[in-house]
Amino acid sequence: MTNFMSRNDLLLLVGFTAVVLTMPIWLTPFGAGYPDLLQRFMIFGIFAVGFNILFGLTGYLSFGHAAFFGVGSYAAVWSFKLLTLDAIPAMIFAVLISGLFALIIGFLSLRRSGIYFSILTLAFAQMSYNLAYSVLTPITNGETGLQLTLSDPRVLDAAIGQSFVGQPVPTLLGQQLGGYAGFYFCAGFLILSFFFAQRVAGSPFGMMLKSIKSNQTRMQFTGFNTRPYALSAFVISGMYAGLAGALLAVTDPLAGAERMQWTASGEVVLMTILGGVGTLVGPVIGAWIIKYFENILSALNDNILTQFWSFLPEGFAEIVVKVTSKFVGDGWHLTLGLVFVIIVIFLPGGIMEGVRRIAAVARRSGPPGAKSHQHQPAE
Amino acid sequence: MANSNIVLHVADVHKRFGGLHALADIDLQVEEGKTHAIIGPNGAGKSTLLNVIIGKLAPSSGQVVFDGAVLTGRKPYQINQLGIARVFQTPEIFSDLSVLHNVMIPAFAKRDGTFTLNMLRALDSETTIREEAEHMLEDVGMLNRRDMQAGSLSRGDKRRMELAMCLIQHPRLLLLDEPTAGMSRHDTNTTIELLQKIKSRGMTKVIIEHDMHVVFSLADKISVLAQGRIIADGSPDEVRGNPKVQEAYLGGAH
Repeated sequence: MTNFMSRNDLLLLVGFTAVVLTMPIWLTPFGAGYPDLLQRFMIFGIFAVGFNILFGLTGYLSFGHAAFFGVGSYAAVWSFKLLTLDAIPAMIFAVLISGLFALIIGFLSLRRSGIYFSILTLAFAQMSYNLAYSVLTPITNGETGLQLTLSDPRVLDAAIGQSFVGQPVPTLLGQQLGGYAGFYFCAGFLILSFFFAQRVAGSPFGMMLKSIKSNQTRMQFTGFNTRPYALSAFVISGMYAGLAGALLAVTDPLAGAERMQWTASGEVVLMTILGGVGTLVGPVIGAWIIKYFENILSALNDNILTQFWSFLPEGFAEIVVKVTSKFVGDGWHLTLGLVFVIIVIFLPGGIMEGVRRIAAVARRSGPPGAKSHQHQPAE
Repeated sequence: MANSNIVLHVADVHKRFGGLHALADIDLQVEEGKTHAIIGPNGAGKSTLLNVIIGKLAPSSGQVVFDGAVLTGRKPYQINQLGIARVFQTPEIFSDLSVLHNVMIPAFAKRDGTFTLNMLRALDSETTIREEAEHMLEDVGMLNRRDMQAGSLSRGDKRRMELAMCLIQHPRLLLLDEPTAGMSRHDTNTTIELLQKIKSRGMTKVIIEHDMHVVFSLADKISVLAQGRIIADGSPDEVRGNPKVQEAYLGGAH
């Protein structure tokens, strides 16, 4: 293939890969360079990239994607329990099951569009969440969540005579996937996911998805049956969600129903809008910012704040600590809400629109031959 | 009349909206390769008739037959795949996409059909379709705007682009709903020239138009619609001289 990838796309992919792989280094000064959080950056990055294929390209706003995320987690844990502790079969199993699940829910939900579609997806996801808590307890282990135990059959592991001492942990070809190994495992999948999303967005199929978002009537009068296009996008993004859910189960082999709750579905919507709907990089950045806030701001407490503001005169410092303490710890949602409101009001295109504006200003004042980071003007 | 060269036959169509009889007893035969104009005062049912033909509205009774295939009951995309394209009264375009992509998309529908899962193919490698779209844009005089966002075009350019989007599919039947509405005299004349140019390609056209200058420059045959009924049918000269038409439409309009 001569036109495998355009130069700009290739540069973007290489840059993205470099940024992701060096995260443990450049995030350390921000207090985020530890494996647990880095893994979450990767996992929710994948979730958001996939969600953007549906919401960003096709324009269908799903409020139920956490269901596929949860199904991915459950499927992966079952694979660990029944087959093997190796991560690869678990990932494949999870992606297939969540894809199948997305096919059914998507087929039903896509009978409607706009707000009715969103409500249908929300209803199906809440249904799945409640089922996981109640009727499906034999599969989901209800409130306790699905966990690995020493007595799990693991038929494939048993067949090759592999056995574990202590708590079972997911592996990759015998290597345990904890800590930085887990991060690089997830990072590999994020880069692959990003690459695949790039290919989709740059294909004729991707152009059809964007056209559906732009003018569905014209698509139909142009000879396209729009429903299979939207359904494909739905299933692909459901598989991405399943992949992300499976990775969460790899790094922390416990699946609980709360992963399917509507707040989790809403979170991926926030990530995508915060970063920039319809852009490739935006949703990933949105996911990183939200997960950063969640983990860093919520860990701050009055002691840390007192130390931080200690340079201020006494008395005044106490007031500042009192005010800022409302925005951290349990109050981190307040900060996230404010940031979200400010971004949506001033940058409706999300953080990526901010980046584009800065780039445009820089190009105007910089040399005329300055390198362009922008895509097609019509994008 | 020999039936063989009738490509579109609107047979005995009625359309009621509640108590309103929007179309009554419409019988319309369009000959292959001809330009058939439908004129009539506002509210005569012209757009309703077009919507019935294209499958956007279902007739209350009667049917529409295109080249032996019954259109009634088919979905808009199926009707398009039979070789019918439509220009809307208000341009229906992909505002967020570039002009070039707007014109490429219908070419994909023509080549690949109603659905193709070609997500691992690079759009950049579709050189044939891109070149085809560029030729089409050149034909309508818009090649210099190929990279512009379609939503930012002028109204006249949007229409010309929409026409290009239809023509790239080489439809057998082209439906035009007031293709020059809201255009300047200059843009109208360019559009007439363009439509005359494609006339030689043997494409059948059904055109709804208010502008008599456009109608008499293009039409081979004219049907006059008033209050949901066809009150006259014939060549431009016959229609011009028909006293019923003078009364219902031409007289009233001037």
